[in-house]
Amino acid sequence: MANDVLRATIRDLFRFSLSFRFGSIILMIVGILLLLSFFSPFESDDRRVVPRNKPPSQEFILGTTGNGQDGFWLLTFAIRNTLMVSGLAVLIGRSIAVMLGMITGYLGGKTDRVISSIVDSIIVIPRLPLLILIAAILRGEMTVLSLALLLGVLDWAHPSKRYRAMILSLREREFTHTAIFSGMNALKVVVQEHLPFLIPLLLADAVAGFLWAIGMEVTLSVLGLSDLSAPSIGTLIFWGNYHHALLRRRVWILAAPIAASVLMVVGFYLVSLSLSEYLDPRTRLSRLTVGEQIDGGKAG
Amino acid sequence: MTLLKEFILPRFAQWLIVIFVGVTITFIIPRLSPVNPVNEALARVQMYQNIDPEAVQIMRATLLDLYGLEGSVLEQYINFWKRVLKGDLGPSLASFPMSVNQLIGVSIGWTIGLLGTSILIAWTLGVTLGSLAGYYPNRWWSEGLEKSLITVYPVPYYILAFVLLMAFTFYLPIFPLIGGARGTAALTWEYISSVLYHGFLPALSIVIGATAHRFIMAKALTTTEKSSDYVQYAQMAALPERKILFFYVTRNTLLPQVTDLSLSLGALFGGALIAEFVFGYPGIGTTMYTAINNGDYNAIMGITLLSIVGIATASLLIDLIYPLIDPRVRYR
Repeated sequence: MANDVLRATIRDLFRFSLSFRFGSIILMIVGILLLLSFFSPFESDDRRVVPRNKPPSQEFILGTTGNGQDGFWLLTFAIRNTLMVSGLAVLIGRSIAVMLGMITGYLGGKTDRVISSIVDSIIVIPRLPLLILIAAILRGEMTVLSLALLLGVLDWAHPSKRYRAMILSLREREFTHTAIFSGMNALKVVVQEHLPFLIPLLLADAVAGFLWAIGMEVTLSVLGLSDLSAPSIGTLIFWGNYHHALLRRRVWILAAPIAASVLMVVGFYLVSLSLSEYLDPRTRLSRLTVGEQIDGGKAG
Repeated sequence: MTLLKEFILPRFAQWLIVIFVGVTITFIIPRLSPVNPVNEALARVQMYQNIDPEAVQIMRATLLDLYGLEGSVLEQYINFWKRVLKGDLGPSLASFPMSVNQLIGVSIGWTIGLLGTSILIAWTLGVTLGSLAGYYPNRWWSEGLEKSLITVYPVPYYILAFVLLMAFTFYLPIFPLIGGARGTAALTWEYISSVLYHGFLPALSIVIGATAHRFIMAKALTTTEKSSDYVQYAQMAALPERKILFFYVTRNTLLPQVTDLSLSLGALFGGALIAEFVFGYPGIGTTMYTAINNGDYNAIMGITLLSIVGIATASLLIDLIYPLIDPRVRYR
């Protein structure tokens, strides 16, 4: 059943939302690039396998780097790594956020007040200096995984507040009381009854997490604070700058990761925009009336 | 009195919690790290020269003392607080005789100037344009504006700044590559104009990102507000559109905008850090960048601590403006 709902949602989105159509096409391109990385003729750390510093041509669509790497295949690895880091970060961050949101929203009272005031103070703390501090201390020992973990651990405060608000309103609904009176314990009520309502919000919100994580991955890498041996959008820019690609007029080395990152974030954002528009009850109402008219027309 | 009790005191308590959490985090993080900063510093000194082992021992003791790494963790924590309360952030490692306080002192003015100006511009611009676009949603300019800002909004700060740098200092060299100013500080037109000229690109990169965020929020708020009864009444009463929009609708959307500004200060500060090191602007961001390249943990720690306290204080101050614009809070 859940599958049908999902399919219907996607179909609706495709039909009614221009930004969803654009966004999903962009994301599909990004996804294809990601998948291509598994069929790359080179390993991600192969060097001196192609002629060095060649501008884009038919043979090398995105040129080659100063280390003799093929720009195109390197980019596919970079997209894979960046998406992996941000995906994991989103997963970790949202899990913490969902847990906190459920605890504070459902239990309420003193627990809610204490945890909420801690969350409120963590929201105010600027995260970039903190990230830089941790990454600088771990310098040299940073891996793709630990970067993902670090980003995830720092990205739960804002979403947890949104989930809390949602659970707070769900708690007062009739079906919650029914569930409690029929003997479900708190954990079961929250996971089985409330979580499904959170999922659409979670989807739109995950995209915000992706945007933040991609931005931070790029920033930390450009500062030289991530695992510089693994290709990612940020490390490609770092090495491009390191070898003065701009001053030596080898712009293709920088242009590819910049274009890829813009494509990625815009794709994600357009999809999330259409999702939150879809979730907005007012636009849903107008869509429902449109749907009824179409159905009514058929019946008539 | 209820205003003080119900609004200002809780907000102040929140501020204290932020400071406490921030100081505790900056204390814990370096101590969880597998890297021992004292050994690192010693290794750096010994890299190029032979030093008498006894001298190394003395240096180790001095460094332990300087870093506040002596005694049990609890003692260290108490000492850390004492130093923080005195406003002493310890010595800088890379530029040793200088203290972190001095390093920050040189650059903080630049950052406050850059960030303050850009936030002011971006906030005003975002709210105004967003209100206009929300009130007149189907005009060509509002749709064009929305589409372009939606495309810019998700782009990471670094990419935005870097593309501006490439475009306006390399391909179209109309702006300088290095930030700051020419000449010595003085209240002459020449100096001030050079500050504005050198600060233009970094400010532009912050303003673009921040305006996009503010615009999207302002437009959504205005669209909701526009459907209220009082707006329809005002329209039926044939009040001038400009008056309805800016005196009634926008005024009502300002409250969440102020709250959101105080919550997004941290992100804006991060954006300023990035803009500064991209454009070589002599603020905190560039100081931090130098500290990263030199492995100067103490300076990074000091800057982190200062930015947490600074942002928390700034957001407290913004929240305290709230009663001024919301009479409901004032007269409760």
